[in-house]
Parts: sequence; C-alpha cells; structure tokens
Amino acid sequence: MSELKLMKGNEALAEAAIRAGVDAYFGYPITPQSEVIEYLMTERPEERTGMVVLQAESEIAAINMVYGAASTGKMVMTSSSSPGISLKLEGISYLAGAELPAVIVNVVRGGPGLGTIQPSQADYFQSVKGGGHGDYKLYVLAPASVQEMADFIEDAFDIAFKYRAPVLILSDGLIGQMMEKVVLKDQKERMTDEELIEKYDSWAATGKTNRKRNIITSLDLESEKMEKRVHRLMAKYERMEKEDMRYEKIACDDAEYLIVAYGSSARISQKAIELARAKGIKVGLLRPITLFPYPKQPLFELADQVKGILSVELNAGQMVEDVKLAVEHKVPVEHFGRTGGIIHTPEEVLEALEQKIINNERIGHYKTRESSIL
Amino acid sequence: MNVLDIIKPENQVFCKTKLMTDTTLSYCPGCGHGTAHNLTMEVIDEMGIVADTIGVAPVGCSVLAYDFMNIDITQAAHGRAPAVATAIARCWPDKYVFTYQGDGDLAAIGTAETIHTCNRGENIVIIFVNNGIYGMTGGQMAPTTLEGMQSSTSPYGRDSKTMGMPIKMTELVANLPGVYYATRQSVHTHKHARKAKKAIRKAFENTRLKQGVSFIEIVSNCNSGWKMTPLEANEWMEEHMFAYFPLGDIKVNGKLK
Repeated sequence: MSELKLMKGNEALAEAAIRAGVDAYFGYPITPQSEVIEYLMTERPEERTGMVVLQAESEIAAINMVYGAASTGKMVMTSSSSPGISLKLEGISYLAGAELPAVIVNVVRGGPGLGTIQPSQADYFQSVKGGGHGDYKLYVLAPASVQEMADFIEDAFDIAFKYRAPVLILSDGLIGQMMEKVVLKDQKERMTDEELIEKYDSWAATGKTNRKRNIITSLDLESEKMEKRVHRLMAKYERMEKEDMRYEKIACDDAEYLIVAYGSSARISQKAIELARAKGIKVGLLRPITLFPYPKQPLFELADQVKGILSVELNAGQMVEDVKLAVEHKVPVEHFGRTGGIIHTPEEVLEALEQKIINNERIGHYKTRESSIL
Repeated sequence: MNVLDIIKPENQVFCKTKLMTDTTLSYCPGCGHGTAHNLTMEVIDEMGIVADTIGVAPVGCSVLAYDFMNIDITQAAHGRAPAVATAIARCWPDKYVFTYQGDGDLAAIGTAETIHTCNRGENIVIIFVNNGIYGMTGGQMAPTTLEGMQSSTSPYGRDSKTMGMPIKMTELVANLPGVYYATRQSVHTHKHARKAKKAIRKAFENTRLKQGVSFIEIVSNCNSGWKMTPLEANEWMEEHMFAYFPLGDIKVNGKLK
C-alpha cells in the first residue's frame, strides 16, 4: 500500500529504493548522506525483498561493486556525498563507457577538498560536464523535495535501463537532511533471476548459455571501434535531450523577470518569488528537473519575454554558464549564491534580484544594443 | 598405417581447450598467461559450469582475457576486480565468479579491494598471476619486483631502502579468516601446470561448497619485461622468483600450513 510518512530525504530515498525493487545497494558512509545506508541496514531489505546491501571498504570499491552488479543486469545503486563522488568518478566513467545501467546519488556538501558537511550545489560542473574522464554525460535528476527524493529512484532506473547508462540523482545536504511528508509507493516485486536472464540475455554477463558470450568492457583498442562507441554514446545523449528533458515553470506566464534554480535553491526561490510578487514585481521561476538534458529551449523562449534572468545556486556560479549559453545573450544573466554551506534566505534572493537584475543598467542597454545591431 | 588412420578422436591426447576462442593470444611467446588461461578454462569446462560462470578481467596484460576466454566476462577498472566480483557473487550466490589479475592490479592499486574482499570471505576464486613486473605498460617496477631487479622505473635495481621489499600477497591474505584456500603455483613446465590445474579445480570446488575466497597465485615470467629469452626467463624465475615466492599450499581448507 502507498503510505504517507514524515521522513528525512535520505531515508525516503532509501525506503523508495526498497519499494522500487532495487536489487542491490553498495555504499560507504559519508556526511550528509549516511542515513541512506543506515536506513537500509536497519530495514533488513534482504528479508523484505531480497535486496543486497553491503558497506564497502571505500567509495571506489562501492562504485566498482555497482559496476559488477550492473554487468549482470541487476538494478543497482550507490549513494555518497561530494568528496566520495569524486572518488567514484573513475567508476562512473567506466559505467558510461561499458554502457551499464546504474543509479548514483550525490547528496552534495560544500567543497573543494574536505570542504564542509553543510549543504551546497557546488558539484554542478562535476555532474553535468563529465566529471570523470572521456566523452560521456550523465542523465542528471535534481530533486527539490523529500517527495522527489523518493520518486526519482524509479524515474532514474527507468532512464538507466532505457538507455543502458548511468543516471545521477543530484541532491544536496538540505534536501537529504530535511524532513517532509512523503507519499511512498507500493512495494514492487523484484525481477527473478530467470526473468532477468531472459530480458537482458543480449548483453548481460550472467553465464554463457547457448548464445555468444556476453562481454562487458569499455575498452576498444582499435580507434575506429572506439570512435563508434563514442558516437553510440552521443546518440544516446541526443535522444535523452529529445525525449527525456524535464523542467517545471512556476509563475512564468506574466513574468517580467526570471529566476532559474534547481533543487533546494528552487524551493528557496519559490518563496522569494512570493515576496517579490507581494511587492508588485512579476518574477517567474524555471526549475530544471534534469540538469542534463538541460531545458535550453524553454529558457531560450522565456528570454524573449523577460528583461533579465538570475541564476540562483548554492555555489560560486556554475549553472549560470548554461543559462547564458541557453539564452544566447538575449538578456542579462546574473548569478547569486552563497557558499561554504550557508543557505541563502528568500529575502537575500529577492535582494539579489533587485540589485543584479531589476536595477541593472545593462537591461536597457541590451534592448537598444540588440536593435542597433539589427 | 596411414597418418589419417591415427587421427581419430579415441587417439587424441591433446586438443585446443574447448572454452578458449580462436583469437590469437596477444601475449608474448613464452609468457605464462596463455597456459593459466587454458587451465582455468579447462577446469570450468570439465566441471560443466560455463553457464554459471562469470569472469572478471583486470587491467594489465590480461585486460583482453575476454577475447580468449569463451565465457561471460566483465572487464574491471584497474585493481577493482575483487569489488566487481564481490557484487556479482552477492547478487548471484549460486554462480561461479572468478577474477584473473596481475601483480600491479592486485597487489598495488587494488590492494584495498583484495584485502577487504578476502576479509569478507566473498565466495569467489582469485587467480593472481605474479610476474614481478608491469608487463603491459612496458616493464615498470611492480610491488612484487624482486630486490635488486631492474625495471624501467627501477633502472638501477629495486632498492629496498627506498622502494620497499616485494610484497607477498598470498601469505598476507592467507592470514585472513575469509580466505579458505591460498596456494602458490607455477605453469612453466607440464608438471607444474598439472599441479596448478588441480589447485584451480580445488578453488572452483570450494566455490561450489560456498567456502569463501580461494586465492591462487601463479608465479610466472615476463621475458619481454625481464629482457630475457623465454628459456632464460624460466630459469631465472626458478632460481630467483621461487626463492622469494616459494611454491606450495599456504592455507588449505581454512587451515594455515
């Protein structure tokens, strides 16, 4: 039965994983996401569903365990936080290269280095611009609520198996630690081994029967073959852009100004919009739900409607680059964000909007410059 | 009697290993990898477990093991084969899972995975080919390079004062309770190969009985990396490698020898 509960984001994600019929979880404790493995260990998922849960000796071992289970077609996931994700990046690159389905969760904390255990969105570049080595991308989902922490598990696995590619759920310490009400879905049956072998017989390494052997590798020593592999990956990413890009528009219909924000920043910005509208300033919010594929077209179109855009992020200015690329200099784009684990308030966001966008002299300049070019 | 009269199945004393593909081995002539591959595939074939066997290939000379072994196989990141194998064994407890790794892979970059996989007693077979050098990258010093031995990164010989002594992995992991069987073998003569095959068979039988880790070190040669002819390499191996890495069982049925 689906049920309504009050839960931490990390716990909701863990419970949703059990209910989604995930086969295996491999992880290593790190603040602020340790509740995921703690919850799983406490819940005895091996008894509830037969799910394998193992605490690895390191994040590196954990991601390679994910690679192993994924090689055999199992629904497998891991979670960590920023420094741990840095360690996992080699393995993530291998998952992408070997075309394996897997889900990775990053409950982001501030960096660089050991940084802080407080919330942050400073892993945007790492998540959407590769991170690991080589030509690959991750499909990146950015939850903005505890409900989405739970819901995105199934969404992520759907995408991972649709494309046979690793999917990243990019959360942050705020969403991971805060408690909200969440509706949990019914328990799904895990696929049996027989069903799995039948379904993924064309690629999964489950033991060679009367078919040709299945080999999982990311290696192609022949350049032509390797280029073909890269092209195959690029084709997947193009298809993701066409079929699976997700975003949400809030109060955009009459907006004169726009905030772009994802995850916890989107939640805070939503409040800032209310404050602005109470003052008579018409602001809308575009919330990218997928950070790759990025909602470029909706942003490009909104740029014709609004006078300026503020990218609100818990970092020193990362997604703002993608906003600028998307709007192609039609309007001024500015960044606002706190770092070091400080979470901006809605008032600060509104203040930044007024200072950086509404009172930005360049707004008029842009409109006249554009017409003068024409 | 005509030659063709002799070529009959009942007279056949030697044939290509069934589970080896027709792909030409990429190993140097004289290298022990080919024999180690053969023995492993023979055991899997003879036990009739190919449909339930999943191999894990490493990074190193045997990175292309999947080209030669006609089984389902996944190729792991450098040193991570035991972690990859752990997950497969946990998700498929009735399958036979083995890793095939070299010394750089298992004893340097993957030491943590090796130790912890052995400590957890994962139900897998680890085949560890130790030739005392990094073969694939071109003859650099390995954690198992002997003292005084020259390599491209120890051109004046391994100096134990600054580079440490060669690491004895099999003795090290044998002390972990999760390891049920630890043995050191070689494959350079027919006699040794037959003993090594017995050890491999014992290892896979252990998996069948869910006994935990079976760890088989195969001390091998690297005539290219050692800059020797295959014959010289084997003689050098017998004289020097076996002196430091003595052949024989170290732990059998969970008991240290």
